[in-house]
Amino acid sequence: MEVLEKKNKNKKYEPILEGIPDWPVYRLSRNRKEFIEEVANRSAARINQLRSTPKQLLDELEATIYREQQRMKRNRWRVDPPDESKFWSDVKQELIDIGAVTEEEKQKKSQELLTKIVHRYANEIAGNFKPSSYRFAREMIKFWFARLLNASRVKKFGGFFRNQYTLRDKIQIVGKVKQLRNLARKGTIVMVPTHFSNLDSILIGWIIHALGLPAFIYGAGLNLFNMKIFAYFMNSLGAYKVDRRKKNLPYLETLKMYSSIAIQRGAHSLFFPGGTRSRSGMIEKTLKLGLLSTTIEAQRNIYLNTAEGQPPQKIFVVPVTLNYHFVLEAPELIDDYLSIKGQDRYLPEEDPHGSWGLLKFMIKFFTKGSNISVSIGRALDVMGNYVDEEGNSLDSHDRVIETRDYFLSNGKITVDAQRENEYTRMLSQRIVTEYHRINRIFASHLVAFAAFELWQQKHPKLDLFGLLRLPEEELELDYAEFRKTCKRIRKKIYHLKKEGKANHATHLKGKIDLVIKHGLDNVGIFHLKRPLLMNKKGNIVTQDLNLLYYYHNRLVGYDLEKFI
Amino acid sequence: MTSKSSSDKKPIGVIGAGNFGSVVANLLSRQHKVLLYARDEKVVQRILETRENRGYKLNSRVTPTHDLKHLAESCEVIFPIVPSAHFRSMMQKLSPHLHPFHILIHGTKGLDITLPKGETIETVGKLSRDQVKTMSEVIREESVVVRVGCLAGPNLSKELAERHPAATVIASPFNEVISLGQKLLRSDQFQVYGNNELVGVELAGVLKNIIAIASGALSGMGYGENAKGLLISRGVVEMIHVGKALGGNVKAFLGVAGIGDLVTTSNSTLSRNFQIGYKLAKGKTLQEIVNSMDEIAEGVNTVRIVKKCADYYKLRAPITSMLYKVLFEDLTVEQALTYLMRYPLNVDIDFLD
Repeated sequence: MEVLEKKNKNKKYEPILEGIPDWPVYRLSRNRKEFIEEVANRSAARINQLRSTPKQLLDELEATIYREQQRMKRNRWRVDPPDESKFWSDVKQELIDIGAVTEEEKQKKSQELLTKIVHRYANEIAGNFKPSSYRFAREMIKFWFARLLNASRVKKFGGFFRNQYTLRDKIQIVGKVKQLRNLARKGTIVMVPTHFSNLDSILIGWIIHALGLPAFIYGAGLNLFNMKIFAYFMNSLGAYKVDRRKKNLPYLETLKMYSSIAIQRGAHSLFFPGGTRSRSGMIEKTLKLGLLSTTIEAQRNIYLNTAEGQPPQKIFVVPVTLNYHFVLEAPELIDDYLSIKGQDRYLPEEDPHGSWGLLKFMIKFFTKGSNISVSIGRALDVMGNYVDEEGNSLDSHDRVIETRDYFLSNGKITVDAQRENEYTRMLSQRIVTEYHRINRIFASHLVAFAAFELWQQKHPKLDLFGLLRLPEEELELDYAEFRKTCKRIRKKIYHLKKEGKANHATHLKGKIDLVIKHGLDNVGIFHLKRPLLMNKKGNIVTQDLNLLYYYHNRLVGYDLEKFI
Repeated sequence: MTSKSSSDKKPIGVIGAGNFGSVVANLLSRQHKVLLYARDEKVVQRILETRENRGYKLNSRVTPTHDLKHLAESCEVIFPIVPSAHFRSMMQKLSPHLHPFHILIHGTKGLDITLPKGETIETVGKLSRDQVKTMSEVIREESVVVRVGCLAGPNLSKELAERHPAATVIASPFNEVISLGQKLLRSDQFQVYGNNELVGVELAGVLKNIIAIASGALSGMGYGENAKGLLISRGVVEMIHVGKALGGNVKAFLGVAGIGDLVTTSNSTLSRNFQIGYKLAKGKTLQEIVNSMDEIAEGVNTVRIVKKCADYYKLRAPITSMLYKVLFEDLTVEQALTYLMRYPLNVDIDFLD
C-alpha cells in the first residue's frame, strides 16, 4: 500500500491578471519586431564594447563563422532552418571580401556583418507567443492529462471521460505560493528551478498556469523544438529558444540581451540556472552565471532609467525545486556524468530519447503512480536578500534595505561589470543554498542514499568507480541493518528541517517500514532495471548500481554521509 | 571628474583609535577629512585637547568621535581597525546604521571565533571552519555591506608614521574597492597593491603572526640569521598548508601580504608579536608579557585558534603546535626548538603542485 500524502490541499488559484492583453509576455509578442530590433542593436553595441578594435571584432566573427560551419557539418538538427548553410557560406564570403577593402571600409563592413549575424540570432531566439494558441495549448494539455489520469485511476467503465482526478492531484505544489502570486502583481518574477529532466520544461509551464500566473517567457533547449508538436506547445507557452550547440560570443551576448531586455520590460521569466539537466542527479552546486547575470543587469538598468519619484520595477528571484521519484533519462544522464568524471572526454549534446521518448514517458507518468512535488521558495531580490510580502528586501535582522543601494557609488548608480560579476556569483551561491533548503526529500531519495552509502562503507578500499564495477548480484543488504540506517538518516533529515536547511515530503513521516516500502516502490519506478528492490529473503538488493548512485546523489550536499 | 568632487566632500571613517588606526587616519587625512572613532570617550576628549593619540600627532583634518551612528551616516567608506576580539561586537553596534552602499576596508589581522554555549577558548577542544571567521566574513555576516576589503602587508605603525617607504595590499573581490583604497592611500612613500583573493590575504596576515612570535623567540635565544632563514622558509610552508585548508588561495601568500609581511614582522623588534616571542625566550611568562603591553598582540590568540583548527582538520603544523605548548602548556622554548629540529619531514616545497 502506498503511504498516503497528507490530504491534498492544493486548491485552484484564480488568475491574477484577467485578460491576456494585460500580460507582459503578450505585449512583448505584439511588438515582436521592434523588440527583436532592440535586442539585436544592443547586442551589437555590447559586442563592440567587448571586442573594441576592428581586428578583434574580425577575429571574433571569423571564429563564429568557423564554429557555425563546423556545427552544421557535425551536428545538424531538424529544427535548423533550411537556409542555414547558405546563410553562413554567404557570410563567410563577405568576410573574405572584407580582407580586400580599405581600413575605413573594413570598419563599416564588419559592423554590417555583425548586425546581420546578431539579427539572425535574435530572430531565432525570440519566442512567438500567441494568445489563441496559448489558450488552445493550455486546454489541450489539461484535457489530455485529465483523460490519461482518469482512465487509469478511476477503475470504472467510462473512466476515460471522468474528471475525478486532475493534474493537481498528481503534482503537489508547496511553499510560498501566496507570496509569489502577490509579488507577480508588484514586480517582475524570475523563476529559477532545478533541472533534472526534459519534462521540467513542460511541467513548469503548467505549474505557472495552475498558480494563476500569466505566462512566463522561458529559455527552452532548442532540441525540444525538433518535434513539431512540442515546438507548437513550447512556442505557445512563451518559450524562447536556447541553442546549447552555439557557444560563440555573438550568440551568447544576444541570448543574454534578449533575457535582460525582456525582464526590463516586465516579462516574468524563467530559466534553469544549472544550464543543462543535472547529470549526476545532485542538486546543482554551481550555476551558469550567464543568464543569471542578466537579472542583475536588468535591475540596475531599471534603477538607472527610472525617473526620480517614480517607483522602480523590482525584480524578484524565486528558486523552485522539482522533486521526482523517477527521472526518465537517469540511465543516460548518469552514464554521461560518470564518463566525464572518469576520463574527461568531450560529450556532444544529444538526446537519445528524443521527443517521442518523452511523450511515452508522459503517458506512463500519468497512467501510473509516482507523484511529483514542486517547492516554491521564498522570493529573493537580485542580491539574494529575502523579500517580504510587500516586496521589500530584508536583511538578516528583518530590517528593510534598499536594493538600489548596492549599485551606488558616491551616491550615484554606476555601471561596473566586475562588480556585477561578483554579485552574480553571490546570487548563485544564495540560490544553491535555497535549493537545498526547499528541496523536498522523498522516501525514495532516502532509501537510495542509505543503500548506496552502506555499500560504499562495506567496501572502504574501493573508489567510486571500483564500487560501481562490482557485480550487482553480489550486493545484498541485511534488512535490519538497512532499516536502522534509514531511521538514523531520517532523524538527521528531521533535524535539518528544523534548522531550516532542508525540507521533506509528508510521506517521510510515520512508521519507518512503511516509509522504506514507499521508497522502494517508487525509486526509479519505470526503469527496466530497478535501482533498489527487496528480494525474497526480505533483504535489499539492486539491479543497477549506477542508477542507484544517481538517485542517491539527490541527498549529497547535506553532509549526511557521516551518519551512515 | 564629478565623482571625485563629491567623494571629497564626504569624510572617510576610521573605527578604532589604536596605533594602526591612528596611523591610517593620518594617512587618509592627507586628501580627505577623517572621522576617527574611539570606544573610550576619554580618548576622544584627550585627542580634542592634545591632538595626540598613542604618541602620534594627529592631523588637524582628523576629527575624533564617540558616535558610531554619526560616523556611519557621514561616511561611505569606513576602515574598521579594532582588535579581532572586539570586532564582531563592534560590527553589531555599527550594523543598524550601515547600508549596501557602504564600503568597508578593515585592517585587523586576527580571527573571530564563535563558541558553543558554556565553552571558552581555553576549554573548547577543536575548532572547525564554521566557527572560525576572518574579519571580512564577520562583516558580511553582521551587516548588509557586500563591498568589503582588507588592508594587509608589512605596515609597522611607527615606520608608517615616520613616512618610511612602505607598501600595503588592498584585497577585495571588487576592483572598485581596490582602486578606491589605492586612491585614498597611495602616496610617494606608500605603494598600494591590489589583490582579489580577500580571504587568502586575510589569512596570510593572520598566520604570519605565529611565525613572528617564533622568530622573536629565536632572537631571544640569541640565535642568528641561519636559524631565522630556516624558520621563515618553513614558516611559509606551514602558513600555506594551513591557509589552504582554511580556504585561502596559495597566490595570496606569496605576495606583499604574505612573504612581505612575514619577513618584516619576523625581523622587527617593533612588532608586538615578535616582542612576545623574544620575552618568552628571555624567561618571562605570558601573563607578565601581556600585562606589560599597551595593545593586544593578535598572535597569541591566533596560535590558540589555529592550533585547534589544525587539530580539527588533522593538519601538520609543527611550528604552531610547539608554540601553543610554549605559550599555554609550560614547554620551554629550548624544548620546542629541539623538537622542531628533529621533526622528520624534510621535503622543501610541496605546495606548488
